[in-house]
Amino acid sequence: MLRPRIIPCLLIHKGGLVKTQAFKSPKYVGDPINAVKIFNEKEADELVVLDIDATANGVEPNYTLIAKLAAECRMPLCYGGGITTAEQASRIIDLGVEKVAISAAAVANPGLLTAIANAIGRQSVVAVLDLRKKTGLLAKGYEVCTHNGKTIHKIDPVTLAKTLQDAGAGEIVLNSVDRDGEMKGYDLALAQQVREALRVPMTVLGGAGSLDDIGALIRACGVVGAAVGSLFVFKGKYRAVLINYPTTAQKDEMFRAARV
Amino acid sequence: MIRIVDYGVGNIQAFVTMFKRLGIPAKRAHTPADLADATRLILPGVGAFDHAIQLLNQSGMREPLEAMVLRQQVPVLGVCVGMQMLASGSDEGVLPGLNWIPGRVRAFANTPEAEHLPMPHMGWNDLQVKPGAKLFTGFEPQPRFYFLHSYYFACDDQAHVAATATYGLQFDCVVSKGYIHGVQCHPEKSHHFGAQLLKNFAEL
Repeated sequence: MLRPRIIPCLLIHKGGLVKTQAFKSPKYVGDPINAVKIFNEKEADELVVLDIDATANGVEPNYTLIAKLAAECRMPLCYGGGITTAEQASRIIDLGVEKVAISAAAVANPGLLTAIANAIGRQSVVAVLDLRKKTGLLAKGYEVCTHNGKTIHKIDPVTLAKTLQDAGAGEIVLNSVDRDGEMKGYDLALAQQVREALRVPMTVLGGAGSLDDIGALIRACGVVGAAVGSLFVFKGKYRAVLINYPTTAQKDEMFRAARV
Repeated sequence: MIRIVDYGVGNIQAFVTMFKRLGIPAKRAHTPADLADATRLILPGVGAFDHAIQLLNQSGMREPLEAMVLRQQVPVLGVCVGMQMLASGSDEGVLPGLNWIPGRVRAFANTPEAEHLPMPHMGWNDLQVKPGAKLFTGFEPQPRFYFLHSYYFACDDQAHVAATATYGLQFDCVVSKGYIHGVQCHPEKSHHFGAQLLKNFAEL
């Protein structure tokens, strides 16, 4: 039986590991390599590492850090942040990374995903969509953001997800800006809507506050990727830093309850 | 010495790292000369079937590999597209494969059982291991491995199937014919399950 993927998502800011809320106020939570070691021991399904400085500062991916992460990581690793060319993507894959995540550069030019897929295979190409609920009187639906939520694109998220899939993405990650760090559950309606439109695997990020929230996502979307930030780095209502991850038995129980 | 065939595709570094952790000597092979000291071979691969075959042909290592595997009987483990290359050919391309294990690579999308499922088949899946499969000596029942692929190996002869997995349909995910082995899943990224499989291969 193919299992849903429960995926810790780590954010890199100024070389350290941070956790944000609504894409703001990054809180230092530790050393990235140390976190990878802990998730190795806990046998996490996959790991996503996003450098939230690279695109915002217009710099290239930090290959030295990526090489260290890849050498340490015993599970499939997806790296994102600052990738704008197929050459950069190939270089990252050669360092021992399984997948590269592209956001801003793909939204600006979906054709980039075609070039990257031709270079490394579409199974290794992940498109990340940062989505925010539209605000204002009578506003409905979502808008797509890039550059840590600072740039808004007037395009329908479902249409864009399909465009990026057709261009060469082998996986789509939906990242909710509003729910980032809130720990009040995933946006299930949005996830279901996008799931129905896609034929590639989908991963949802933003909002997980408990294993029940992950179970709810799996009930809504079936075999899906559930990416998790705060829940796996904080413990308790005072958000003390403690890296954690469910056991295989806990995950199996969750999947049984969700009738995967 | 285990040599990991580096012909231009595949996550070579992940194998180097994994064998280092296991304390098993392993190095990349870029040229035919690098293959000379190999007592075991890993044939990795990702991406499109034809692209991988073309790069292997261009690397100059195909003929020495065939000599080592088919004549000197050096044990080999194909991984992902490296496993698919062991077949006679693939529905993904037009070029012939190595044809070391009789079978053909087929697309999930062309099967009624899997055509409606998300592609690629991505994530952790259970293996049904055939009794006596040497790569799985000492394993717990139903080990879990990480998969990432849209095409699967269909063996002509059931005797060459070492394990199956199910994604819509049951497919051959580990194949063994004597000292020639192939795994569709990724032992280099499958935690203790993968480490055990690679250790078993090194000790065959």
